[in-house]
Amino acid sequence: MNANGRARTDAHWPAIRFTVNGEIRTVNVPPMKRLLDVLREDLHLTGTKEGCGEGECGSCSVRMNDELVNSCLVPVLQAEGADIQTVEGLALDGELHPLQEAFLQNGGAQCGICTPGMLMAAAQLLAHRPHPSEAEIREGLAGNLCRCTGFVRIFESVAAAAGASESEPAKESVKEPKMEQTNHAR
Amino acid sequence: MRGNAEMHSLVAPGTLGAVLDLLAAEPGQWTPIAGGTELMVAFSAGRLNAAKLVNLWGIPDLRIIEVTPQSVAIGAASTFLDLRKHAVINAELPLLAKAASWIGSVANQSRATLGGNLVNGSPAADSSPALLAYDAEIEIISVRGRRKVPYSEFHTGYKRNVLAADELLYAIHLPRRFARHRQYLRKVGTRRAMAIAKVALGATALLEQGVLRETRLGAASLAPYPTRLKQTEAALLGQPPTRETVLAARRALFAEVQPIDDIRSTAEYRRRVAVNLLEEFLLELRREGSRP
Amino acid sequence: MSTHATTRIVGTSVPRKEGVDKLVGRACYVDDMEREGMWYGATVRSTIPRGLIRSIAFDRRIDWSQFTVVTAADIPGENIIQLIIADQPCLADGKVNHCEEPILLLAHPDKHKLREALGGVKIEYDPLPPVFSIEESERQDLIVWGADNLLKSFLLEKGDVDSAWARAANIVEGEYCTGGQEHLYIENQGVIAEYSAEDEVTVWGSLQCPYYVFKALRGVFDLPEDKVRVVQTETGGAFGGKEDYPSILACHAALLAKKSGHPVKMVYDRMEDLAVTTKRHPARVRHRTALDKNGKLLAMEIHLDTDGGAYATLSSTVLSRATLHSTGPYLCPNVRVRAHSWATNHVPYGAFRGFGAPQAVFAMERHMDEVAAALGLDPIELRRRNFLHEGDTNATEQLMREPMMLDQLLDRALQESDYHAKRSQFARENARNPVKRGMGIAAFYHGSGFTGSGELYLNSLGGVDVTPEGKVRVLVSNTEFGQGTNTILTQIAAEALGIEYSDVTMAAPDTNMVPNSGPTVASRTSMVVGRLIERASLQLISLLREQANLGATYTREEFLAACERYRAAHGELSSMCHYEAPPGIYWDDQKYHGESYGAYAWAIYVAQVAVDTVTYSAEVEDFWAVQEVGRVLHPVMAAGQIEGGIAQGIGYALYEKVVLADGRMTNNQMTNYIMPTAEDVPPIHVYFEEIPFRYGGFGAKGIGELPHDGPAPAILNAIRDATGVSFTSIPLLPEDLYAGLAASQPVEEPALP
Repeated sequence: MNANGRARTDAHWPAIRFTVNGEIRTVNVPPMKRLLDVLREDLHLTGTKEGCGEGECGSCSVRMNDELVNSCLVPVLQAEGADIQTVEGLALDGELHPLQEAFLQNGGAQCGICTPGMLMAAAQLLAHRPHPSEAEIREGLAGNLCRCTGFVRIFESVAAAAGASESEPAKESVKEPKMEQTNHAR
Repeated sequence: MRGNAEMHSLVAPGTLGAVLDLLAAEPGQWTPIAGGTELMVAFSAGRLNAAKLVNLWGIPDLRIIEVTPQSVAIGAASTFLDLRKHAVINAELPLLAKAASWIGSVANQSRATLGGNLVNGSPAADSSPALLAYDAEIEIISVRGRRKVPYSEFHTGYKRNVLAADELLYAIHLPRRFARHRQYLRKVGTRRAMAIAKVALGATALLEQGVLRETRLGAASLAPYPTRLKQTEAALLGQPPTRETVLAARRALFAEVQPIDDIRSTAEYRRRVAVNLLEEFLLELRREGSRP
Repeated sequence: MSTHATTRIVGTSVPRKEGVDKLVGRACYVDDMEREGMWYGATVRSTIPRGLIRSIAFDRRIDWSQFTVVTAADIPGENIIQLIIADQPCLADGKVNHCEEPILLLAHPDKHKLREALGGVKIEYDPLPPVFSIEESERQDLIVWGADNLLKSFLLEKGDVDSAWARAANIVEGEYCTGGQEHLYIENQGVIAEYSAEDEVTVWGSLQCPYYVFKALRGVFDLPEDKVRVVQTETGGAFGGKEDYPSILACHAALLAKKSGHPVKMVYDRMEDLAVTTKRHPARVRHRTALDKNGKLLAMEIHLDTDGGAYATLSSTVLSRATLHSTGPYLCPNVRVRAHSWATNHVPYGAFRGFGAPQAVFAMERHMDEVAAALGLDPIELRRRNFLHEGDTNATEQLMREPMMLDQLLDRALQESDYHAKRSQFARENARNPVKRGMGIAAFYHGSGFTGSGELYLNSLGGVDVTPEGKVRVLVSNTEFGQGTNTILTQIAAEALGIEYSDVTMAAPDTNMVPNSGPTVASRTSMVVGRLIERASLQLISLLREQANLGATYTREEFLAACERYRAAHGELSSMCHYEAPPGIYWDDQKYHGESYGAYAWAIYVAQVAVDTVTYSAEVEDFWAVQEVGRVLHPVMAAGQIEGGIAQGIGYALYEKVVLADGRMTNNQMTNYIMPTAEDVPPIHVYFEEIPFRYGGFGAKGIGELPHDGPAPAILNAIRDATGVSFTSIPLLPEDLYAGLAASQPVEEPALP
């Protein structure tokens, strides 16, 4: 135990090596430690969140070897040699990823706690289905629970990002809301 | 989070042979872990009693899907996403592909394995009704050799199966002879995704000269483990799918199943929905049967 | 100025103020935070619902010297969580009144040792008989709270109900029940507390109301204002669940921090959060309604009862809102509402979006359909004949002075949903289809802000200041937890000041830095606090005009220059305002009479539901929401609030059940507490009408809670339309639908046509 009272990452534990967001990382932690905890505690990548610890809410979703996984259910030993992407790896050189831009314009994030996992699930979906139907979007995101949005604007954000991949995304645009208002000021 | 990673050993011998040697050397001491979608939930909840775990993830021998003219052999550590992507499974074993798409979410399907689903042995196992309807065979391996067991005999009680202390579930074999069978699979859960089955029914049946031959009914959550509904099958065998047959089958199924009340649903609901599912299948047969 | 002027920023969908941080994983929630030397805290809780604590023993195999242990004896101030009634202890002292009641606290630097230690505390009890239902509590055979189990009661009367029955052409009765509901914010509750001799208590946490926590800490520690500091961290969803509960968690962590000499983090895991925190009050509502021969309401008698759980928490105010929403958007000359909140030995219930209105509206709107059926009237027509209009008085005899458009909202809802055509179509198709479809409607309102004189009592203080760097800051204690507080308040300030959205930021939600502008609840932020910020901004302009030569018109640069001039001459530049009630507000808290709310949002919701007679499950296939909400400050966010609230309302109706056994929640995992997923939510069509309210921020009224009121009754009305069977209780699960539709059918009877 170190001065902070935390269990030390110790040479006692064999090294486990994997790539996160393009960088090779090595950790010496118990092999059963959850990948989620390794990301957050050992690598200080706190973007990935814990919502349930049961693989139900998806807020811990990351991409591992081009598949979507719930990192709360992956013992870190099984990440040996893996290529992992977290939300911190989406934006490139300070530029928002089209998905992030689309969520920003379309109200895809409210409280934001489900957002990292949701973006990972959406990124995984678009990587394999660049132009998904609404049913495919719903299925791709079915493992990511959002309690704030009712999912509507998340679907729209993903569809917008899929559409934006066909042309330059408009930087200044403010998306026209998909609902109607009538003003009766007297 | 109630699990302590330091209290568990997780070893990765790396090859199937090395895993089997370990299981033989210390029988009953090592719990195999593949995708971890069940064991890691228990771990996080502080309920993982297994102190020693042996890793199956990443062992190629366990994740091969081999197609021969007679059968499809699915390695036990094949994930549900592997099943969904497989052309022959989609074409010839659609109930299994369907079941694979209903398990959890995409993130669960990329990790949950067919073998894990069976060895975990929940009466609600998503893949079981399809495997029962397809007359699947389980291949078991140990240092002592291999053996096969019909899947319908694999489970022996609530979360109990025929595996000996040194044995590993190796592959699941499905015969490729259902091209002419009528097929049905429906799962009833608490919601459309991420739902444990309250009840599920899988069925394959051959309709020849207007009568039912070779009917196999596999059910989830209607008994302590996934089971074939043999009495109901008997009520259907040799019968035309008439209204009378439907009513007789409903009665047989109603009497045969042993659902329970639990946190997800009630025995009464499960029993009633099960007979409705059966009826839905039989009515499909009637409709199809009446077409030229 | 505000409500009618053309605006540049208010009314547009600017990017969420803290949006980028949330999208790149930079937003810092409490579990992302660490403090130097931090320990972890855990709670030892009651395993029985009611009884005396006979003994507490510590397992000798554990080295307790490594741990900090806190009991009620360690509390420096009062062992009470300050809220409304002083009945809830911070830590149980000799007696417990609900399962999971906190008894003692442990802290240790190692999370695993802490968990082991929890199992090493052995508590023995002398159990007492518990009460677990409204019925048991109101019988008063067993008294578990106060003298009579009654946490609160209200009597609301208008006209003369008793004489109306004789004149009635029709009298219709009904009983409607709603279950508990869990907030299921995706971020579990958590705080970090720190104690120092100099500053005393500091708490960071996931919370809605920094000043509620502040007040609770002051009480438990007996500290003056300058020795307590509360800072809200980025909060991952709240919905009312983080209105009062964080006060408890904060006091716990702070007690451990003080005694251990270390900062202490206490973050619940999901199983603990589900089991121990507050839920929506279950309710039972009984209606007795008299109508004349034309289907016009003559009298309504309503008995409304809630289960408050073991301690009062917010039961009185929830009951108040339920009472004031119980009679619906209808004109009724004679009304009596008797409302009671009963104590039981359940985990205390608390605030949840809607705050009594979802329960009351469910009952009223289900009942209207039952009344329509009894009278042989179309449910649409019945409502139309009875809608409130401008110039009418409501149940508390408040004159509806603001323009009203319920008829037009209804017309719009019927048109957009194609209600009549669909209803006819489904009626034809249902006979031959195992899936039965129906359309259902709900008409309702939601009062914005605190009831009656509540806002005067709160006396909110808020405003703006300008930093040396030329940034305008909004200074309020109102918090962001997804619903858009940061964005709308900075929009309002930027608009009123005539500068850019990017020029304005929110001051950190830190009680050391911001005044008490009231809690972030009751749909008051855009209307009440928004107006405060608008006024403070205009006041700032006046100040600059008077004292810094700001012209009658000015550019953004001239504004900033004037600020600099002012600061050079006077030091700080700020403008604060106290709440000002709209003129003519009259409210009698004894008689429950007068202006119950300053403003109302009005809505008509329509649900299209499919009931599968093979599986007895009901699914919402489509949903239309038409509402008049005053000025829409941010179209995308406003729609997002409606959509999110509707999804929660769908959960409330069809999916979410708190399963209790012996006072304990048995389905305290996300695998068993079922909320709708992305595959379950229907398309949701949102339509806003705007009648700007002159006393709201740029004309805004509240919208946060409105959308949770309508879905459940609309859905169950649709199920009645689809099946012909009346269901009066939620959550309505397939097992319940089965009981109503088919349980009496013999097994030989086919399910399918």
